[in-house]
Amino acid sequence: MPDALSPDQPHVARRRWMAVLARADAAELSDALGSNGSLPEYRVLRGPEAGLVMVRGRTGGGGAPFNLGEMTTTRCSVRTDSGFVGHAYIAGRNERLAELAALADAMLQDPASQSRLLTDVVEKLAAAQQVRRDATASKAAATRVQFFAMRNMRT
Amino acid sequence: MSASIALPGFADPVGEAQATFRAVLDAMARPGRLQQAGERLAAPAPLDPATAATLLTLIDNETPLWLDHSAVPARDWLAFHCGAIIVDGPERATFALALSLPDLTTLSAGTHEAPESSATLILQIAALGSGTRYRLSGPGLREPTLLAAAGLSRQFTAAWQQNHALYPRGVDIVLCAGTTLTALPRSVSIEEA
Repeated sequence: MPDALSPDQPHVARRRWMAVLARADAAELSDALGSNGSLPEYRVLRGPEAGLVMVRGRTGGGGAPFNLGEMTTTRCSVRTDSGFVGHAYIAGRNERLAELAALADAMLQDPASQSRLLTDVVEKLAAAQQVRRDATASKAAATRVQFFAMRNMRT
Repeated sequence: MSASIALPGFADPVGEAQATFRAVLDAMARPGRLQQAGERLAAPAPLDPATAATLLTLIDNETPLWLDHSAVPARDWLAFHCGAIIVDGPERATFALALSLPDLTTLSAGTHEAPESSATLILQIAALGSGTRYRLSGPGLREPTLLAAAGLSRQFTAAWQQNHALYPRGVDIVLCAGTTLTALPRSVSIEEA
């Protein structure tokens, strides 16, 4: 299979688009893919199926690992008829999103459509996600409490 | 990611795995009786549906699997669908997949303290129900029964007698051909009929 990604950092670009696709809204992703020409024929290799993954953490980012808790995830793998295998793991149990994200991952590996999909789908979704994140962050920032008293007592 | 994962696994993972497990269980309990498995499964070359279904049912990331060289084309499919750990040495495997009879003495026969730790060989042959006839006797069989199997090598009965003599240690075999499977647990004695 031809490698569509830059040979020095093959996983960085894919990691980014998989992250964006996994956080996308199913309807948004469906619209973005649909407006970009016809979808390729594909067959599902696995799933979409929901399961639990154990989320692990480290105290302070560097301590001993501990199990934080289990989280529902849905995974799906598809293979397009042109031979590209796409995978998706998403948080929650939105099976439609998992399947679309896996299909988009497969299409993004195809050098013929990669750059077009990156601008029309991935960047568009990333921008929409950034807007939502900023809106939440500004709402949260408005209610932030500064503990000046605590700081003054310490000094 | 490899492009060789061309085929999906079970369409209904829970139901079909349970049905296949039942078939293997019945086959182990009644040596030589033919069971059906994998009728709805599209198996990757060079595997037959019954072989692929047995592997999907029994193999996971806790059961080291050894492949003989002719089964290697199915390696990526097995790694993807079963999460199988594929080992180089047959002696370290709990399951072995072969398309021709390997040397049974290279597989783990377990220990006297833990005979259940021995390997299970999943052996794909040309046909079950026709070919050379073998007479089976032992636990699970009220009276000796006949099993017809095509594609087992001539050395099979001698190799099996050696394996059977190790009891309670020894290797168990699941024979698969097409969508049919049967089992030869280590307790059964086999002679050509």
